[in-house]
Amino acid sequence: MPKIKVENLTKIFGRQPGRALPFVKQGKTKAEILQETGLTLGVNQASFEVHAGEIFVIMGLSGSGKSTLVRLLNRLIEPTEGRILIDGADIVRMNAEQLQQVRRKKLGMVFQKFALFPHRTVLENAAYGLEIQNLPKSEQEQKAKQTLELVGLGGWEQSYPDQLSGGMQQRVGLARALANDPDVLLMDEALSALDPLIRKDMQDELLELQSAMQRTIIFITHDLDEALKIGDRIALMKDGAIVQIGTPEEILTNPANEYVERFVEDVDRSKVLTAEHVMKRAETITLDRGPRVALQIMRDRGVSSLYVVDRKKTLLGVLTADAVNDAKQTGKSLEAVLRTDVPKVGPQTLLNELFDLVAFSDIPVAVTGEHDRLLGVIVKGSVLGGLAGKVNLESALPTEEEGQVDAE
Amino acid sequence: MSQLLPKLPLDDWIEAIVEGLDEHLGVVFDLISVGIGGLVDLFQAILTGLPFWIVILLFALIAYRAGKWTMALFTFIGLLLIQNLGYWEHSMETLALVLTAALISVVIGIPTGIWCAKNESVQRVVTPLLDFMQTMPAFVYLIPAIFFFGLGKVPGVIASVIFAMPPTIRLTNLGIRQVPSDLIEASDAFGSTYWQKLTKVQLPIARTTMMAGINQSIMLALSMVVIASMIGAKGLGADVYRAVTQINIGQGFEAGLAIVILAILLDRITQGVGKRKKA
Repeated sequence: MPKIKVENLTKIFGRQPGRALPFVKQGKTKAEILQETGLTLGVNQASFEVHAGEIFVIMGLSGSGKSTLVRLLNRLIEPTEGRILIDGADIVRMNAEQLQQVRRKKLGMVFQKFALFPHRTVLENAAYGLEIQNLPKSEQEQKAKQTLELVGLGGWEQSYPDQLSGGMQQRVGLARALANDPDVLLMDEALSALDPLIRKDMQDELLELQSAMQRTIIFITHDLDEALKIGDRIALMKDGAIVQIGTPEEILTNPANEYVERFVEDVDRSKVLTAEHVMKRAETITLDRGPRVALQIMRDRGVSSLYVVDRKKTLLGVLTADAVNDAKQTGKSLEAVLRTDVPKVGPQTLLNELFDLVAFSDIPVAVTGEHDRLLGVIVKGSVLGGLAGKVNLESALPTEEEGQVDAE
Repeated sequence: MSQLLPKLPLDDWIEAIVEGLDEHLGVVFDLISVGIGGLVDLFQAILTGLPFWIVILLFALIAYRAGKWTMALFTFIGLLLIQNLGYWEHSMETLALVLTAALISVVIGIPTGIWCAKNESVQRVVTPLLDFMQTMPAFVYLIPAIFFFGLGKVPGVIASVIFAMPPTIRLTNLGIRQVPSDLIEASDAFGSTYWQKLTKVQLPIARTTMMAGINQSIMLALSMVVIASMIGAKGLGADVYRAVTQINIGQGFEAGLAIVILAILLDRITQGVGKRKKA
């Protein structure tokens, strides 16, 4: 069962919002509905599922309805229609008291402008969610302190929010949301108000925290780079409707329509694509062959170096054309001229970390998996190709058979 | 020139309403009268019962806690001057009236302000009522007050409350409405009840604005208490009134100065309380 299941969630702003529902169902656009009824369509029949432990990013430009959508999830804004099932219970049908319980136990929220209580200390802010559940004072303080340490604010308990920097304030916001141990964390543009450097740090820290605590996070952002970096899956919104849902790679490599395509056009692909996406099939040889065979393969394939693997495809080293020539003339074995200081990277290495390595290496960079198993190679051209949008889809990955070339 | 329409007998209606009220709600008015009278007497008993130098030191201490030592010094010298001029008794009577009127204004005004902030319709009804209360010439309130409560301090306090309460209501309402919406959202998102949100978020944040309202209420109460001497409320107002009728410049100035000292004192102390605690 998904942690959160949203079905047909619709929000219409204005008086008597029900008037606009038939138009929404007919598939009229936001602009058409505004013209015909004078009502504003905030969220248009959004449906999606979020799984436990996942970071689900909702992204869109301002006015796309993403902040409205996240507020519908804890009913800070009342939905006009639709269902929101959290652990199978529909919170749209809940009465005020049940809703309060869900908000207290299951949903934590982090706000764009931090929304810290200025008259309360950092500790009192972090303890707010516990305080309103009337927990004993000592327990409140203990839990709040623990959470503050978790977010790296140990020692700041007695400060007031206006004495802290933006990044630290948002840590307090995060601590406040985490203190009552909610299953689901709603983060509304939580990092957007921070300056770029702090923001990158916070993204990393959030991912680190998440790997330790495994919450279900719904993260709102207008920044595609941020979405691609932290999202396990991304929902793209436009005019209140969800245009596409998919993993970062799917969104980038397979945009659902022109809108998404335009959106992802300017993205810095080097931060999303990995070695796996741009690597080519490696030309390989085993060590039991002789120099002549090696030279023949090089000539046939039009390459100037060959990767040497054993029968299990474990990477042993690389043979350059010069070295093989030398071996042929002097009668040495291939093993004697084998270069073992091969530049290699893992398949998940991001493209932007590859630039230096690829640029200054005279031979293709090897991509290796577990136990040094050779998966493919990266040449300068394939990195450029990747940046231009030419990437391997799943099927293009090298298979057992073609990965290894044996000269018969 | 003769009128197109006969004059609306508004004056007759008001009189009829007032008489009707007096007839049917006489018991209620008596109760209010006893309550307010008792409160004034209590304050007065404390302020005049204690030796004057204890009261002066007490006020200096409060001024020190609320503000700075300069304020405490001013309080000390100011009150000593009042005592020296021979207006101690009357000043304390005035203070007792002001404190009673201010207390009632706050006790009624703050909940009303909270209600206005919560409910749009209430605000729509209350706002014009407040405009009316503040713009109607203050003397006019004295007339029905006399009618219901006779002469003396009680109608004086009632008239002062009507005149002084609006700022407390208005600024409580305003202060709560000015709490940033994301703080309200945060409070809601964690599952606060209405009461928790009010006491833990809205009122603490609105506090400075509310204190400004209470400060204004107290100042208005002071000015009205002086006017109320015309209907027999005692205190400094009576001295001023007497000085005016006798064209006694010296006495008028002295009594006026005593009022000014009281006013500055009340103003600075309440302002100090409003600003404090924001580290």
